[in-house]
Amino acid sequence: MKDPIIQLKGLSKNYGSVKAVDDLNLDVYKGEIFGLLGPNGAGKTTTILMMLGLTDPSSGTAHVCGHNATNSPIAVKKKVGYMPDSVGFYDNMTALENLMYIGRLNGLPENELEARALNILEIVGLTADSHKKTSAYSRGMKQRLGLADVLIKNPDVIILDEPTLGIDPTGVRDFLALIKQLSRQQGLTVLLSSHHLHHVQQVCDRVGIFVNGKLLAQGDISTLSGKLFGTDGHVTAITLDQAIPQAWPLEPELKQWEAITQLTINQNELEFTCSSNITAALVRFLVEKGYDVIGVHQKNYGLDDIYQKYFESNSIENTSYEKSIE
Amino acid sequence: MKSQSNDARPFSVMVNKEIADHIRSWRFIILIALIVLTFIASMYVSLANIKQATGNTKDPNHVFLYLKLLTTTDNSVPPFHVFLSFLAPLLGISLGFDAINSEQNSGTLTRLMAQPIYRDNLLLAKFVSALVVVSSLFLTLALLMIGGGLVITGVRVEPQELLRIFGFIVITIAYVAFWLSLSIMLSIQFRQAATSALTAIGIWLFFTIFYQIVINLAVKSFLPDPSFLTQEQVISYNNLILNLQRIAPSQLYSDAITTLLIPSVRSLGPVTMEQMARAIPSVLPFKESVLIVWPQVSGLLASTVSCFALAYYLFMRREIRS
Repeated sequence: MKDPIIQLKGLSKNYGSVKAVDDLNLDVYKGEIFGLLGPNGAGKTTTILMMLGLTDPSSGTAHVCGHNATNSPIAVKKKVGYMPDSVGFYDNMTALENLMYIGRLNGLPENELEARALNILEIVGLTADSHKKTSAYSRGMKQRLGLADVLIKNPDVIILDEPTLGIDPTGVRDFLALIKQLSRQQGLTVLLSSHHLHHVQQVCDRVGIFVNGKLLAQGDISTLSGKLFGTDGHVTAITLDQAIPQAWPLEPELKQWEAITQLTINQNELEFTCSSNITAALVRFLVEKGYDVIGVHQKNYGLDDIYQKYFESNSIENTSYEKSIE
Repeated sequence: MKSQSNDARPFSVMVNKEIADHIRSWRFIILIALIVLTFIASMYVSLANIKQATGNTKDPNHVFLYLKLLTTTDNSVPPFHVFLSFLAPLLGISLGFDAINSEQNSGTLTRLMAQPIYRDNLLLAKFVSALVVVSSLFLTLALLMIGGGLVITGVRVEPQELLRIFGFIVITIAYVAFWLSLSIMLSIQFRQAATSALTAIGIWLFFTIFYQIVINLAVKSFLPDPSFLTQEQVISYNNLILNLQRIAPSQLYSDAITTLLIPSVRSLGPVTMEQMARAIPSVLPFKESVLIVWPQVSGLLASTVSCFALAYYLFMRREIRS
């Protein structure tokens, strides 16, 4: 279980003087869904290409399923399904033909090919459109077909590059649910890259934040917020009906509480920073003391704040790193 | 043994798919129509003049009815082999100019490259599939011509004629292969299909029209006045000019097929009076004709291979992004 199925060591890629990926170390374990989160041009696609041996790293190694991706890309590609960010199909062929072509290239036996392709089209919900030419497919359908395309080779790992790009919100929810379900049912390892933090938040077990070629942080979302905002991650703001006097008699009493690390008073608003979640106890205490509580707000740090915190310093540079084709 | 067959399988899958794509594409249907039309037109003209051509006993080639079918004309339309020296590059270019870049632009190249296949197999599949299609087209035309000739005239085909016609087909296929590998190479180099097509057509125009003009201009400005030269010097200059012209693949092709289709052609360079003295104006055996065109054929194959090698070099280590 604790054997990394994707192992990147000191991976770097330079384009001239620009460092697209800079000394990247990353382990992804079997069966987990890992989200590579970063703005456009952060080097996500380059990293993925290096994992598949589609581009050579300037230095460092990428091991996927125990094979070195640079030296033996064929062995890696047998085990890994990759869906590029702008997935394209042969427009003059139907979805089924497209799928069967990829199946043949992967050496699937001819006699079970069609049944398998139809089965996979059913999993991704395209049975009704399987005999339509892919030129008539919508973006969301193409994305689903792209997933089918990845699944037909029976992979151990699937890598999805910006899988949610350009699909409507319902489509995104369904698509991500499908990925999660597939990963859980078949024990697939999934690596998906996105700049959409909400999508990543929905499905990923672990997240790596990737900016300007560097992995700034990785871990599950609570670990990340912990790292970012200190161990005392719980902030509760309570608004009272009446203003709080300058020398508040309850202040020393509250500061005795073990869980409270910080207390700020701003007119009629109290902000507690606590090591554990004691919102309910605080409210009860204030009510017992005769204060009228009119508002309680519990601040949970989500990816939004994490994202903001990491990316705000990079927002100016992003424009110059924007991919030429999106 | 088993691993070998496993490696070969994706390749044959790709070739099958590419051939199917070619056959179903409008582009190929138009090209076939064009070639079949020129074939019919030149056959019609040569059939109308065949009696005169084979009856001319002064011509040592008059016994070869089927070669005459391919080369006879009353000058209203060029004979089929001259037509082909224009159409073959067009065929090669149009089958190859968007081989790689169209896949890249539609996003299928990344998808394809993520499958467990070797990169060179993709290039080779593109090349082989187009050649298979072209070869069957030319072979069909040649067999149709021989069969039609048999039905119309009832004259037996000489084994030598058959060999010469097949030699002509093989050289034509090699000539198409050169333009095909050149255009595949350009399709890797240029991301826009239109750019690579224009470049390929530009190279073709340069070699068919401007190259000879450039050579003539260069020669005129460098060559001393022939009246001050000895005969040997004139011959050596002549050979130099010819060799310069033979850099152009179209020159190699027309040299090679002229020799094969007109059996009395005995040399492609200048011939001195001493060499011609006592020579009987007769036809060469097939083997001798092949020996004369061997350098031309090797030149064509070498240019094809070097274009393909360059394509391979450009493609192997390139980063594939959509």
